[in-house]
Amino acid sequence: MTSFFQSLGMTHDWAWFVSTICGILLIALPLMLSVAMIIYVDRKIWAAMALRRGPNVVGPFGLLQSFADGLKVFLQETIVPSAANKGLFLIAPVLTFSLALLAWAVIPFNSNAILADINVGLLYILAISSLGVYGTIMAGWASNSKYPFFSAMRASAQMISYEVSIGFIVICVVLWSGTFNLNGIVMAQKGHVFGIINGFVANPLLFPMWVMFLISSLAETQRAPFDLTEAESELVAGYQTEYSSMAFAAYWLGEYANVLLMCALNATLFWGGWLPPLDIPILYLVPGFIWFLLKVFFFFFVFSWVKATVPRYRYDQLMRLGWKVFLPVSLLFVVIVSGYLMATGHFA
Amino acid sequence: MIHVIAFYLFAVMTVASGAITILSRNPVHSVLWLILAFFNAAGLMILVGAEFIAMLLVIVYVGAVAVLFLFVVMMLDIDFAELRAGFVRYFPFGALVAIVLLAEMVLGIGAYRAGSLTLGTPDGTAAAPAGASNIEAVGALLYSRYLFLFEAAGIILLVAMIGAIVLTHRQRGGTRGQNIDKQNRRRPDEATFNVKPEVGKGVQL
Repeated sequence: MTSFFQSLGMTHDWAWFVSTICGILLIALPLMLSVAMIIYVDRKIWAAMALRRGPNVVGPFGLLQSFADGLKVFLQETIVPSAANKGLFLIAPVLTFSLALLAWAVIPFNSNAILADINVGLLYILAISSLGVYGTIMAGWASNSKYPFFSAMRASAQMISYEVSIGFIVICVVLWSGTFNLNGIVMAQKGHVFGIINGFVANPLLFPMWVMFLISSLAETQRAPFDLTEAESELVAGYQTEYSSMAFAAYWLGEYANVLLMCALNATLFWGGWLPPLDIPILYLVPGFIWFLLKVFFFFFVFSWVKATVPRYRYDQLMRLGWKVFLPVSLLFVVIVSGYLMATGHFA
Repeated sequence: MIHVIAFYLFAVMTVASGAITILSRNPVHSVLWLILAFFNAAGLMILVGAEFIAMLLVIVYVGAVAVLFLFVVMMLDIDFAELRAGFVRYFPFGALVAIVLLAEMVLGIGAYRAGSLTLGTPDGTAAAPAGASNIEAVGALLYSRYLFLFEAAGIILLVAMIGAIVLTHRQRGGTRGQNIDKQNRRRPDEATFNVKPEVGKGVQL
Protein backbone atom coordinates (compact mmCIF):
# COMPACT_ATOMS: atom_id res chain seq x y z
CA MET A 1 0.00 0.00 0.00
CA THR A 2 2.96 2.31 0.66
CA SER A 3 3.95 2.24 -3.01
CA PHE A 4 0.42 3.23 -4.01
CA PHE A 5 0.56 6.38 -1.91
CA GLN A 6 4.09 7.03 -3.18
CA SER A 7 2.71 6.99 -6.71
CA LEU A 8 0.40 9.83 -5.65
CA GLY A 9 3.50 11.94 -5.18
CA MET A 10 4.19 11.59 -1.46
CA THR A 11 7.63 11.04 0.03
CA HIS A 12 8.30 7.51 1.31
CA ASP A 13 7.89 8.48 4.97
CA TRP A 14 4.51 10.11 4.55
CA ALA A 15 3.28 7.41 2.21
CA TRP A 16 4.18 4.86 4.88
CA PHE A 17 2.42 6.96 7.52
CA VAL A 18 -0.79 7.33 5.51
CA SER A 19 -0.86 3.69 4.45
CA THR A 20 -0.37 2.57 8.05
CA ILE A 21 -3.29 4.72 9.16
CA CYS A 22 -5.40 3.17 6.39
CA GLY A 23 -4.28 -0.28 7.54
CA ILE A 24 -5.28 0.50 11.12
CA LEU A 25 -8.73 1.62 9.95
CA LEU A 26 -9.05 -1.47 7.75
CA ILE A 27 -8.48 -3.66 10.81
CA ALA A 28 -10.22 -1.64 13.53
CA LEU A 29 -13.51 -0.84 11.78
CA PRO A 30 -14.33 -4.42 10.64
CA LEU A 31 -13.18 -5.59 14.07
CA MET A 32 -15.65 -3.30 15.82
CA LEU A 33 -18.40 -4.46 13.50
CA SER A 34 -17.55 -8.10 14.11
CA VAL A 35 -17.45 -7.48 17.87
CA ALA A 36 -21.02 -6.16 17.64
CA MET A 37 -22.08 -9.19 15.61
CA ILE A 38 -20.18 -11.66 17.76
CA ILE A 39 -22.01 -10.44 20.87
CA TYR A 40 -25.23 -11.29 19.04
CA VAL A 41 -23.80 -14.69 18.01
CA ASP A 42 -22.72 -15.35 21.59
CA ARG A 43 -26.21 -14.66 22.89
CA LYS A 44 -27.78 -16.80 20.15
CA ILE A 45 -25.51 -19.79 20.82
CA TRP A 46 -26.03 -19.45 24.53
CA ALA A 47 -29.80 -19.26 24.05
CA ALA A 48 -29.86 -22.25 21.70
CA MET A 49 -28.00 -24.38 24.24
CA ALA A 50 -30.48 -23.35 26.92
CA LEU A 51 -33.40 -24.09 24.54
CA ARG A 52 -34.37 -20.42 24.36
CA ARG A 53 -34.76 -18.17 21.33
CA GLY A 54 -32.31 -15.45 22.22
CA PRO A 55 -32.53 -11.95 20.72
CA ASN A 56 -35.11 -12.05 17.90
CA VAL A 57 -36.97 -8.74 18.01
CA VAL A 58 -34.72 -6.02 16.57
CA GLY A 59 -34.25 -6.52 12.83
CA PRO A 60 -34.46 -9.83 10.94
CA PHE A 61 -33.60 -12.71 13.36
CA GLY A 62 -32.64 -10.03 15.88
CA LEU A 63 -29.51 -9.26 13.88
CA LEU A 64 -29.57 -5.59 14.85
CA GLN A 65 -29.83 -6.27 18.59
CA SER A 66 -26.22 -5.22 19.32
CA PHE A 67 -26.66 -1.95 17.46
CA ALA A 68 -29.83 -1.21 19.40
CA ASP A 69 -27.95 -1.94 22.63
CA GLY A 70 -25.11 0.28 21.45
CA LEU A 71 -27.50 3.14 20.73
CA LYS A 72 -29.17 2.71 24.11
CA VAL A 73 -25.82 2.82 25.90
CA PHE A 74 -24.75 5.82 23.81
CA LEU A 75 -27.82 7.80 24.85
CA GLN A 76 -27.43 7.06 28.55
CA GLU A 77 -26.07 9.61 30.97
CA THR A 78 -22.41 9.24 31.92
CA ILE A 79 -22.28 9.00 35.69
CA VAL A 80 -19.02 9.55 37.52
CA PRO A 81 -19.33 8.68 41.23
CA SER A 82 -18.53 11.68 43.39
CA ALA A 83 -16.01 9.71 45.47
CA ALA A 84 -14.25 8.34 42.40
CA ASN A 85 -10.80 9.38 41.27
CA LYS A 86 -12.08 11.15 38.16
CA GLY A 87 -9.06 11.11 35.88
CA LEU A 88 -8.25 7.44 36.37
CA PHE A 89 -11.92 6.49 36.34
CA LEU A 90 -12.28 7.90 32.83
CA ILE A 91 -8.88 6.76 31.51
CA ALA A 92 -9.36 3.11 32.54
CA PRO A 93 -12.05 2.12 29.98
CA VAL A 94 -10.20 3.98 27.21
CA LEU A 95 -7.05 2.05 28.11
CA THR A 96 -8.83 -1.32 28.09
CA PHE A 97 -10.51 -0.59 24.78
CA SER A 98 -7.41 0.66 22.98
CA LEU A 99 -5.21 -2.18 24.26
CA ALA A 100 -7.77 -4.67 22.97
CA LEU A 101 -7.37 -3.12 19.52
CA LEU A 102 -3.57 -2.66 19.67
CA ALA A 103 -2.70 -6.34 19.75
CA TRP A 104 -4.40 -6.92 16.38
CA ALA A 105 -1.56 -5.07 14.65
CA VAL A 106 0.58 -8.21 14.37
CA ILE A 107 -2.11 -10.82 13.59
CA PRO A 108 -1.63 -12.18 10.03
CA PHE A 109 -4.96 -12.30 8.18
CA ASN A 110 -3.37 -13.65 5.01
CA SER A 111 0.13 -14.28 3.66
CA ASN A 112 0.66 -10.53 3.11
CA ALA A 113 -2.26 -9.00 5.01
CA ILE A 114 -0.54 -8.02 8.23
CA LEU A 115 -0.22 -4.50 9.55
CA ALA A 116 3.14 -4.83 11.33
CA ASP A 117 5.21 -7.81 10.17
CA ILE A 118 7.73 -7.47 13.01
CA ASN A 119 10.10 -10.19 14.13
CA VAL A 120 9.02 -9.92 17.78
CA GLY A 121 5.31 -10.29 16.93
CA LEU A 122 4.52 -12.86 19.59
CA LEU A 123 6.42 -10.94 22.28
CA TYR A 124 4.47 -7.84 21.26
CA ILE A 125 1.21 -9.70 21.88
CA LEU A 126 2.45 -10.89 25.28
CA ALA A 127 3.51 -7.33 26.12
CA ILE A 128 0.16 -5.82 25.14
CA SER A 129 -1.84 -8.48 26.95
CA SER A 130 0.26 -7.97 30.09
CA LEU A 131 -0.71 -4.28 29.93
CA GLY A 132 -4.39 -5.25 29.93
CA VAL A 133 -4.22 -5.71 33.71
CA TYR A 134 -3.97 -1.95 34.21
CA GLY A 135 -7.35 -1.12 32.70
CA THR A 136 -8.88 -3.49 35.24
CA ILE A 137 -6.90 -2.42 38.31
CA MET A 138 -7.38 1.27 37.55
CA ALA A 139 -11.13 0.80 37.16
CA GLY A 140 -11.37 -1.09 40.43
CA TRP A 141 -9.29 1.37 42.39
CA ALA A 142 -10.61 4.58 40.87
CA SER A 143 -14.25 3.56 41.47
CA ASN A 144 -13.56 3.87 45.20
CA SER A 145 -16.05 1.11 45.88
CA LYS A 146 -15.56 -2.26 47.55
CA TYR A 147 -16.92 -4.73 45.03
CA PRO A 148 -15.15 -3.31 41.98
CA PHE A 149 -11.93 -3.32 43.98
CA PHE A 150 -12.31 -6.98 45.00
CA SER A 151 -13.10 -7.83 41.42
CA ALA A 152 -10.10 -5.92 40.09
CA MET A 153 -7.82 -7.73 42.53
CA ARG A 154 -9.22 -11.08 41.44
CA ALA A 155 -8.97 -10.19 37.76
CA SER A 156 -5.39 -9.03 37.93
CA ALA A 157 -4.24 -12.03 40.01
CA GLN A 158 -5.97 -14.31 37.52
CA MET A 159 -4.48 -12.63 34.46
CA ILE A 160 -0.95 -12.62 35.89
CA SER A 161 -1.19 -16.29 36.92
CA TYR A 162 -2.33 -17.53 33.56
CA GLU A 163 0.10 -15.33 31.62
CA VAL A 164 2.93 -17.37 33.15
CA SER A 165 1.70 -20.64 31.69
CA ILE A 166 0.72 -18.97 28.40
CA GLY A 167 4.33 -17.78 28.17
CA PHE A 168 5.67 -21.32 28.50
CA ILE A 169 3.13 -22.72 26.02
CA VAL A 170 4.10 -20.05 23.52
CA ILE A 171 7.78 -20.92 24.05
CA CYS A 172 7.04 -24.49 22.87
CA VAL A 173 5.50 -23.15 19.65
CA VAL A 174 8.39 -20.74 19.15
CA LEU A 175 10.94 -23.54 19.70
CA TRP A 176 9.28 -25.63 17.03
CA SER A 177 8.87 -22.87 14.46
CA GLY A 178 12.15 -21.11 15.24
CA THR A 179 10.75 -17.58 15.05
CA PHE A 180 8.71 -15.04 17.01
CA ASN A 181 7.23 -13.66 13.80
CA LEU A 182 3.58 -14.73 13.58
CA ASN A 183 3.68 -15.15 9.82
CA GLY A 184 6.80 -17.29 10.24
CA ILE A 185 4.95 -19.41 12.80
CA VAL A 186 2.07 -19.89 10.35
CA MET A 187 4.46 -20.87 7.56
CA ALA A 188 6.27 -23.33 9.86
CA GLN A 189 2.96 -25.19 10.25
CA LYS A 190 2.62 -25.85 6.52
CA GLY A 191 2.44 -29.61 6.04
CA HIS A 192 3.65 -30.07 9.61
CA VAL A 193 2.31 -33.58 10.25
CA PHE A 194 2.83 -36.32 7.61
CA GLY A 195 3.53 -33.48 5.18
CA ILE A 196 -0.20 -32.89 4.71
CA ILE A 197 -1.83 -31.52 7.88
CA ASN A 198 -1.31 -27.78 8.41
CA GLY A 199 -1.13 -27.00 12.09
CA PHE A 200 0.85 -27.73 15.22
CA VAL A 201 -2.27 -29.11 16.87
CA ALA A 202 -1.90 -32.50 15.14
CA ASN A 203 1.59 -32.84 16.58
CA PRO A 204 1.37 -35.20 19.60
CA LEU A 205 3.87 -33.13 21.59
CA LEU A 206 2.05 -29.86 20.95
CA PHE A 207 -1.55 -31.09 21.20
CA PRO A 208 -1.56 -30.98 25.05
CA MET A 209 -0.07 -27.50 24.79
CA TRP A 210 -3.01 -26.41 22.63
CA VAL A 211 -5.53 -27.80 25.15
CA MET A 212 -3.79 -25.85 27.91
CA PHE A 213 -3.62 -22.75 25.72
CA LEU A 214 -7.35 -22.91 25.07
CA ILE A 215 -8.13 -23.20 28.78
CA SER A 216 -5.62 -20.47 29.65
CA SER A 217 -7.12 -18.17 27.06
CA LEU A 218 -10.53 -18.67 28.67
CA ALA A 219 -8.98 -17.67 31.99
CA GLU A 220 -7.02 -14.79 30.49
CA THR A 221 -10.14 -13.24 28.98
CA GLN A 222 -12.21 -13.98 32.11
CA ARG A 223 -14.77 -16.04 30.26
CA ALA A 224 -16.80 -18.78 31.88
CA PRO A 225 -15.87 -21.03 33.72
CA PHE A 226 -13.28 -18.53 35.00
CA ASP A 227 -15.53 -15.46 35.08
CA LEU A 228 -14.99 -14.94 38.81
CA THR A 229 -14.38 -11.26 38.26
CA GLU A 230 -17.99 -10.73 37.37
CA ALA A 231 -19.49 -13.41 39.57
CA GLU A 232 -22.80 -11.62 39.91
CA SER A 233 -23.80 -13.56 43.02
CA GLU A 234 -20.76 -12.26 44.89
CA LEU A 235 -19.52 -9.11 43.22
CA VAL A 236 -22.53 -7.37 41.63
CA ALA A 237 -21.07 -6.94 38.11
CA GLY A 238 -17.33 -6.91 38.62
CA TYR A 239 -14.88 -4.09 38.23
CA GLN A 240 -17.18 -2.14 35.87
CA THR A 241 -20.01 -1.95 38.42
CA GLU A 242 -19.75 1.85 38.77
CA TYR A 243 -19.54 2.47 35.04
CA SER A 244 -22.39 3.59 32.85
CA SER A 245 -22.98 4.74 29.30
CA MET A 246 -20.05 4.75 26.84
CA ALA A 247 -17.44 3.94 29.49
CA PHE A 248 -19.31 0.71 30.19
CA ALA A 249 -19.63 0.05 26.46
CA ALA A 250 -15.86 0.49 26.08
CA TYR A 251 -15.31 -2.32 28.61
CA TRP A 252 -17.88 -4.45 26.88
CA LEU A 253 -16.35 -4.00 23.42
CA GLY A 254 -12.81 -4.39 24.76
CA GLU A 255 -13.72 -7.65 26.45
CA TYR A 256 -15.13 -9.16 23.26
CA ALA A 257 -12.23 -7.80 21.15
CA ASN A 258 -9.91 -9.61 23.57
CA VAL A 259 -11.93 -12.80 23.24
CA LEU A 260 -11.67 -12.58 19.45
CA LEU A 261 -7.94 -11.94 19.78
CA MET A 262 -7.51 -15.09 21.84
CA CYS A 263 -9.51 -17.05 19.24
CA ALA A 264 -7.23 -15.62 16.54
CA LEU A 265 -4.16 -16.62 18.56
CA ASN A 266 -5.49 -20.16 18.96
CA ALA A 267 -5.97 -20.29 15.20
CA THR A 268 -2.59 -18.73 14.39
CA LEU A 269 -0.37 -20.59 16.84
CA PHE A 270 -1.87 -24.07 16.66
CA TRP A 271 -4.34 -24.40 13.79
CA GLY A 272 -2.30 -23.00 10.93
CA GLY A 273 -3.68 -19.44 10.81
CA TRP A 274 -4.64 -18.51 7.27
CA LEU A 275 -3.46 -21.85 5.84
CA PRO A 276 -6.15 -24.35 4.86
CA PRO A 277 -6.43 -27.35 7.21
CA LEU A 278 -4.82 -29.74 4.73
CA ASP A 279 -1.86 -29.04 2.48
CA ILE A 280 -3.72 -29.83 -0.76
CA PRO A 281 -3.33 -27.41 -3.72
CA ILE A 282 -7.08 -27.17 -4.43
CA LEU A 283 -7.78 -25.85 -0.91
CA TYR A 284 -5.46 -22.90 -1.59
CA LEU A 285 -8.02 -21.61 -4.12
CA VAL A 286 -10.03 -20.35 -1.13
CA PRO A 287 -8.48 -17.05 0.05
CA GLY A 288 -6.41 -17.28 3.22
CA PHE A 289 -8.44 -14.82 5.24
CA ILE A 290 -11.58 -16.96 4.74
CA TRP A 291 -9.82 -19.90 6.37
CA PHE A 292 -8.57 -17.59 9.10
CA LEU A 293 -12.03 -16.17 9.83
CA LEU A 294 -13.57 -19.66 9.79
CA LYS A 295 -11.05 -20.81 12.38
CA VAL A 296 -11.60 -17.72 14.53
CA PHE A 297 -15.34 -18.27 14.37
CA PHE A 298 -14.94 -21.94 15.26
CA PHE A 299 -12.97 -20.99 18.37
CA PHE A 300 -15.52 -18.38 19.30
CA PHE A 301 -18.16 -21.10 19.07
CA VAL A 302 -16.04 -23.22 21.43
CA PHE A 303 -15.82 -20.26 23.85
CA SER A 304 -19.62 -19.83 23.80
CA TRP A 305 -20.14 -23.55 24.13
CA VAL A 306 -17.97 -23.64 27.24
CA LYS A 307 -19.80 -20.61 28.64
CA ALA A 308 -23.16 -22.32 28.16
CA THR A 309 -22.21 -25.68 29.63
CA VAL A 310 -19.52 -25.42 32.30
CA PRO A 311 -20.18 -24.24 35.88
CA ARG A 312 -18.02 -21.52 37.40
CA TYR A 313 -14.80 -22.44 39.19
CA ARG A 314 -14.11 -21.57 42.79
CA TYR A 315 -11.30 -19.07 43.24
CA ASP A 316 -8.87 -21.44 44.95
CA GLN A 317 -9.52 -24.07 42.27
CA LEU A 318 -8.71 -21.47 39.63
CA MET A 319 -5.40 -20.62 41.29
CA ARG A 320 -4.59 -24.29 41.82
CA LEU A 321 -5.19 -25.05 38.16
CA GLY A 322 -2.96 -22.18 37.06
CA TRP A 323 -0.04 -22.59 39.42
CA LYS A 324 -0.05 -26.27 40.41
CA VAL A 325 -1.18 -27.91 37.19
CA PHE A 326 -0.56 -25.72 34.14
CA LEU A 327 2.74 -24.19 35.24
CA PRO A 328 4.59 -27.47 36.01
CA VAL A 329 3.11 -29.28 33.01
CA SER A 330 3.95 -26.51 30.56
CA LEU A 331 7.46 -26.23 32.04
CA LEU A 332 7.88 -29.99 31.59
CA PHE A 333 6.75 -29.71 27.98
CA VAL A 334 9.27 -26.94 27.28
CA VAL A 335 11.97 -29.39 28.39
CA ILE A 336 10.48 -32.28 26.41
CA VAL A 337 9.96 -30.25 23.22
CA SER A 338 13.42 -28.69 23.29
CA GLY A 339 14.94 -32.11 24.12
CA TYR A 340 13.10 -33.69 21.20
CA LEU A 341 14.17 -30.92 18.83
CA MET A 342 17.81 -31.27 19.93
CA ALA A 343 17.74 -35.07 19.69
CA THR A 344 16.28 -35.08 16.19
CA GLY A 345 18.49 -32.21 15.01
CA HIS A 346 15.52 -30.06 13.99
CA PHE A 347 17.62 -26.96 13.36
CA ALA A 348 20.86 -28.65 12.37
CA MET B 1 11.00 13.11 9.84
CA ILE B 2 8.64 10.63 11.51
CA HIS B 3 11.60 9.22 13.44
CA VAL B 4 12.39 12.67 14.81
CA ILE B 5 8.78 13.34 15.80
CA ALA B 6 8.55 9.91 17.45
CA PHE B 7 11.84 10.42 19.27
CA TYR B 8 10.83 13.79 20.72
CA LEU B 9 7.39 12.46 21.63
CA PHE B 10 8.80 9.46 23.52
CA ALA B 11 11.64 11.45 25.07
CA VAL B 12 9.44 14.29 26.31
CA MET B 13 6.89 11.83 27.65
CA THR B 14 9.58 9.79 29.43
CA VAL B 15 11.14 12.82 31.13
CA ALA B 16 7.81 14.44 31.94
CA SER B 17 6.22 11.32 33.40
CA GLY B 18 9.43 10.63 35.33
CA ALA B 19 9.21 14.12 36.82
CA ILE B 20 5.51 13.77 37.66
CA THR B 21 6.29 10.41 39.30
CA ILE B 22 8.23 12.19 42.05
CA LEU B 23 6.08 15.33 42.13
CA SER B 24 2.72 13.59 42.34
CA ARG B 25 1.08 13.66 45.79
CA ASN B 26 -0.90 10.46 45.38
CA PRO B 27 1.37 7.37 45.48
CA VAL B 28 -0.95 5.40 43.18
CA HIS B 29 -0.68 8.17 40.60
CA SER B 30 3.09 8.07 41.04
CA VAL B 31 3.22 4.38 40.17
CA LEU B 32 1.01 4.91 37.13
CA TRP B 33 3.24 7.75 35.89
CA LEU B 34 6.24 5.49 36.44
CA ILE B 35 4.57 2.88 34.25
CA LEU B 36 4.05 5.49 31.54
CA ALA B 37 7.77 6.35 31.82
CA PHE B 38 8.69 2.65 31.39
CA PHE B 39 6.42 2.39 28.40
CA ASN B 40 7.90 5.43 26.67
CA ALA B 41 11.42 4.20 27.42
CA ALA B 42 10.44 1.01 25.58
CA GLY B 43 9.34 3.21 22.67
CA LEU B 44 12.78 4.87 22.64
CA MET B 45 14.44 1.44 22.55
CA ILE B 46 12.37 0.46 19.53
CA LEU B 47 13.58 3.64 17.81
CA VAL B 48 17.23 2.57 18.21
CA GLY B 49 16.36 -0.89 16.86
CA ALA B 50 16.45 -2.84 20.13
CA GLU B 51 12.93 -4.21 19.80
CA PHE B 52 13.65 -7.37 21.81
CA ILE B 53 14.82 -5.40 24.86
CA ALA B 54 11.87 -3.05 24.45
CA MET B 55 9.39 -5.94 24.53
CA LEU B 56 11.17 -7.46 27.55
CA LEU B 57 10.99 -4.10 29.32
CA VAL B 58 7.25 -3.94 28.78
CA ILE B 59 6.60 -7.60 29.67
CA VAL B 60 8.83 -7.74 32.76
CA TYR B 61 8.68 -4.23 34.22
CA VAL B 62 5.31 -2.95 33.10
CA GLY B 63 3.52 -6.30 33.05
CA ALA B 64 4.86 -7.85 36.24
CA VAL B 65 7.03 -5.66 38.49
CA ALA B 66 4.91 -2.51 38.27
CA VAL B 67 1.71 -4.50 38.89
CA LEU B 68 3.17 -5.69 42.19
CA PHE B 69 4.21 -2.10 42.99
CA LEU B 70 0.69 -0.99 42.31
CA PHE B 71 -0.79 -3.76 44.47
CA VAL B 72 1.44 -2.84 47.40
CA VAL B 73 0.81 0.90 47.09
CA MET B 74 -2.96 0.41 46.79
CA MET B 75 -3.03 -1.85 49.84
CA LEU B 76 -0.90 0.45 52.01
CA ASP B 77 -2.63 2.97 54.20
CA ILE B 78 -0.34 5.91 53.58
CA ASP B 79 -0.38 8.78 56.02
CA PHE B 80 0.63 11.91 54.13
CA ALA B 81 1.20 14.01 57.24
CA GLU B 82 3.72 11.49 58.51
CA LEU B 83 5.47 11.41 55.15
CA ARG B 84 5.91 15.17 55.20
CA ALA B 85 7.09 15.15 58.80
CA GLY B 86 9.98 12.91 57.80
CA PHE B 87 11.09 15.27 55.04
CA VAL B 88 13.50 17.35 57.13
CA ARG B 89 14.99 14.30 58.80
CA TYR B 90 15.68 12.48 55.53
CA PHE B 91 16.67 15.57 53.56
CA PRO B 92 20.50 15.24 54.05
CA PHE B 93 20.47 11.59 52.95
CA GLY B 94 18.24 12.37 49.95
CA ALA B 95 20.53 15.23 48.94
CA LEU B 96 23.55 12.89 49.17
CA VAL B 97 21.88 10.37 46.85
CA ALA B 98 20.96 13.17 44.44
CA ILE B 99 24.57 14.45 44.37
CA VAL B 100 25.94 10.94 43.73
CA LEU B 101 23.44 10.45 40.88
CA LEU B 102 24.29 13.82 39.36
CA ALA B 103 28.03 13.07 39.55
CA GLU B 104 27.52 9.70 37.89
CA MET B 105 25.48 11.24 35.10
CA VAL B 106 28.12 13.94 34.48
CA LEU B 107 30.86 11.30 34.50
CA GLY B 108 28.90 9.08 32.15
CA ILE B 109 28.22 11.85 29.65
CA GLY B 110 31.88 12.96 29.93
CA ALA B 111 33.09 9.44 29.23
CA TYR B 112 30.72 9.15 26.29
CA ARG B 113 31.85 12.46 24.81
CA ALA B 114 35.49 11.45 25.24
CA GLY B 115 34.73 8.54 22.96
CA SER B 116 36.18 5.97 25.31
CA LEU B 117 33.09 3.76 25.12
CA THR B 118 33.55 1.09 22.48
CA LEU B 119 30.67 -1.27 22.06
CA GLY B 120 32.19 -4.61 21.11
CA THR B 121 35.83 -5.38 20.44
CA PRO B 122 37.51 -4.41 17.18
CA ASP B 123 37.93 -8.03 16.07
CA GLY B 124 34.16 -8.42 16.26
CA THR B 125 34.01 -11.18 18.87
CA ALA B 126 31.52 -9.35 21.05
CA ALA B 127 29.69 -7.62 18.24
CA ALA B 128 26.30 -8.84 17.15
CA PRO B 129 26.31 -11.05 14.06
CA ALA B 130 25.49 -8.83 11.13
CA GLY B 131 22.15 -9.35 9.44
CA ALA B 132 20.68 -11.45 12.23
CA SER B 133 17.49 -10.31 13.92
CA ASN B 134 17.64 -8.87 17.40
CA ILE B 135 16.57 -12.03 19.20
CA GLU B 136 18.96 -14.26 17.25
CA ALA B 137 21.85 -11.91 17.96
CA VAL B 138 21.10 -11.73 21.69
CA GLY B 139 20.59 -15.49 21.87
CA ALA B 140 23.78 -16.28 19.95
CA LEU B 141 25.82 -14.13 22.33
CA LEU B 142 24.07 -15.26 25.53
CA TYR B 143 24.52 -18.94 24.81
CA SER B 144 28.10 -18.76 23.56
CA ARG B 145 30.31 -16.00 24.88
CA TYR B 146 28.30 -15.09 27.97
CA LEU B 147 27.03 -18.58 28.79
CA PHE B 148 28.51 -18.74 32.29
CA LEU B 149 27.39 -15.22 33.20
CA PHE B 150 23.93 -16.06 31.92
CA GLU B 151 23.76 -19.26 33.95
CA ALA B 152 25.10 -17.45 37.01
CA ALA B 153 22.36 -14.84 36.65
CA GLY B 154 19.84 -17.66 36.44
CA ILE B 155 21.18 -19.26 39.62
CA ILE B 156 21.08 -15.92 41.44
CA LEU B 157 17.43 -15.52 40.46
CA LEU B 158 16.71 -19.08 41.59
CA VAL B 159 18.33 -18.42 44.96
CA ALA B 160 16.33 -15.20 45.33
CA MET B 161 13.13 -17.04 44.48
CA ILE B 162 13.80 -19.84 46.98
CA GLY B 163 14.77 -17.22 49.57
CA ALA B 164 11.50 -15.37 49.10
CA ILE B 165 9.52 -18.60 49.42
CA VAL B 166 11.43 -19.67 52.56
CA LEU B 167 10.94 -16.24 54.15
CA THR B 168 7.20 -16.10 53.53
CA HIS B 169 6.33 -19.76 53.98
CA ARG B 170 5.11 -20.70 57.41
CA GLN B 171 3.51 -23.82 58.71
CA ARG B 172 0.05 -23.04 59.92
CA GLY B 173 -1.53 -25.55 62.22
CA GLY B 174 -5.22 -26.29 62.21
CA THR B 175 -5.81 -25.91 58.47
CA ARG B 176 -7.14 -28.78 56.45
CA GLY B 177 -5.83 -28.89 52.94
CA GLN B 178 -8.02 -30.04 50.10
CA ASN B 179 -6.98 -33.33 48.53
CA ILE B 180 -8.41 -33.09 45.03
CA ASP B 181 -7.38 -36.62 43.99
CA LYS B 182 -9.09 -38.12 47.03
CA GLN B 183 -12.24 -36.13 46.28
CA ASN B 184 -12.23 -37.24 42.67
CA ARG B 185 -11.77 -40.89 43.64
CA ARG B 186 -14.79 -40.83 45.96
CA ARG B 187 -17.81 -42.77 44.67
CA PRO B 188 -21.40 -42.40 45.90
CA ASP B 189 -21.58 -45.93 47.33
CA GLU B 190 -18.61 -45.36 49.63
CA ALA B 191 -19.49 -41.78 50.48
CA THR B 192 -23.07 -42.45 51.65
CA PHE B 193 -24.65 -45.29 53.58
CA ASN B 194 -28.09 -46.12 54.85
CA VAL B 195 -28.81 -46.76 58.51
CA LYS B 196 -32.01 -47.36 60.39
CA PRO B 197 -31.33 -46.20 63.93
CA GLU B 198 -33.64 -47.36 66.69
CA VAL B 199 -35.64 -44.72 68.49
CA GLY B 200 -33.56 -43.04 71.16
CA LYS B 201 -30.24 -44.37 69.84
CA GLY B 202 -27.91 -42.24 67.76
CA VAL B 203 -25.90 -43.15 64.72
CA GLN B 204 -22.33 -44.34 65.08
CA LEU B 205 -20.33 -42.45 62.44
